[in-house]
Amino acid sequence: MMPPALEVSPPVEKSAAAAIENFAASDAPAIALRGLHKSFGSQVVLNGIALKVGTGETLAVLGRSGTGKSVLLKLIIGLQKPDSGSIRIHGQEITRVDLDTLNEIRKKMGFLFQHAALYDSLTVEQNVAFPLKRHTKMTDSEQRDRVKELLAAVGMEGDLQKMPADISGGMQKRVGLARALALEPAILLLDEPTAGLDPITSGEIDELILKLQEEHDMASIVVTHDLHSAKTIADRIALLHDGNVLIEGSFDDLAKSTDEFVSEFLKRDS
Amino acid sequence: MRSTITSVWSLTNRFLEWFGDLGFFGWQVLRSAVRRPFEGRELIRQLDEIGSRSFPLVALAGAAIGAVLALETRSSLVQFGAKSMLPAAIVFSIIHETGPVVTGLVVSGRVGAGIGAELGAMKVTEQIDAIEASGVNPYKFLAFTRIVACILMLPLLTLAADFCGVMVGWIANTLVEPISFHKFIHQGLAGTSFNDFLAPTFRTSVFGLIIGMIACFQGMRTQGGTAGVGLSATSSVVLSSLFVILADVILVKVILVFFS
Repeated sequence: MMPPALEVSPPVEKSAAAAIENFAASDAPAIALRGLHKSFGSQVVLNGIALKVGTGETLAVLGRSGTGKSVLLKLIIGLQKPDSGSIRIHGQEITRVDLDTLNEIRKKMGFLFQHAALYDSLTVEQNVAFPLKRHTKMTDSEQRDRVKELLAAVGMEGDLQKMPADISGGMQKRVGLARALALEPAILLLDEPTAGLDPITSGEIDELILKLQEEHDMASIVVTHDLHSAKTIADRIALLHDGNVLIEGSFDDLAKSTDEFVSEFLKRDS
Repeated sequence: MRSTITSVWSLTNRFLEWFGDLGFFGWQVLRSAVRRPFEGRELIRQLDEIGSRSFPLVALAGAAIGAVLALETRSSLVQFGAKSMLPAAIVFSIIHETGPVVTGLVVSGRVGAGIGAELGAMKVTEQIDAIEASGVNPYKFLAFTRIVACILMLPLLTLAADFCGVMVGWIANTLVEPISFHKFIHQGLAGTSFNDFLAPTFRTSVFGLIIGMIACFQGMRTQGGTAGVGLSATSSVVLSSLFVILADVILVKVILVFFS
């Protein structure tokens, strides 16, 4: 049975960050990265990356382990600072904003962590309600309804009172996804949504992401090792190599590439 | 000789670096504290977690100290013919020193390890990143609330330890030589003023600041997996206990100068 569509839009508190009031109405790309550099000590992870993702578009970022895919997502949401370069979210440069403005921008972004990162002292219901409690003026009953709706959308409506430790990895990812969607984000960042899951659960998560993308006109970046998943859910694919984008385009563009690394990557994953 | 100098230099550097990081952490917490929202619910949860759940252990430690003081001091005072001073010796030493220090050390063990391990586990499982990614300031939500709860709860826990110590001291004394509680307290408090209570009790707020600050700092800078969490819990207890003892020495001198 297909879960019901999300309907209620939570009223988000107004703040001083006037720059993002008309966030989604902006003509600028949802995400625009330019000349992004990031190093850890002597190890260069990102070496001048440039990428753009438009509203309603899904970009899959592929690459070998340690090529900075997760770092890229953490830079976009401001969990890490780039050494240099520009990150624009709907035209708003986020590398030079104050913390209050950055937090306002973060409210418009949903982030699914690689291991879901659910708060292990809170129940499934409380995890999903966390952003609603913090950032909306919803009453307790409105919050409960919204949480049920979100969990129903990811097929977890029967597990409200369970603790994260009592559910499987795939279920944790679903709850993490519901939490990421709680504030109806304009941008969704997914860090390895199918990693460590069996093929059937991976397929279910892919279907879920596709469904949510159809229902909400979000810009998404999906970091993954799973080429099949990338092919299923992404409009475009960017392959990272040596700290930069080696090739960017549709899956067919990648398949046609004569580059040795690209061919090797696709062959290994096929 | 050269290697010894290098080791000392490296140790000094690491200590100064740790202190610098702690200072920066303190500044981040302080800066976050003046911004809305003020995290009332989380603060109340932490007051309960740190205060009421530490109460049994602190009360037990206070009671044990009272009993030991009564038993140990009696024989010495009898030897010197100063048996009548026993209530004063028990009450004075509990209120002035043993109550606050024992409370500080017990809380640094229980709460310091708890905070260090909890925040450490949250750090390595990216839960702190998730809090930050959802637009919530973790310095305020996680650290400020715990530090304030420690600051507010330590004096109350100290009063509980003092009360249990004095009560059990009286009971232990009465078992050997019956004395009414009224007389025991009257003799115990003879010659003491309100300042004798106030300053030693409220110096434990400083212990609370130290315990909360160090435990949150060590927890939130955890690196690695489960080994890192264990290390954070251990270092939280060791460092907060060490700094509680050091602060006690300094504060006793300050209290003697300003409140005596």
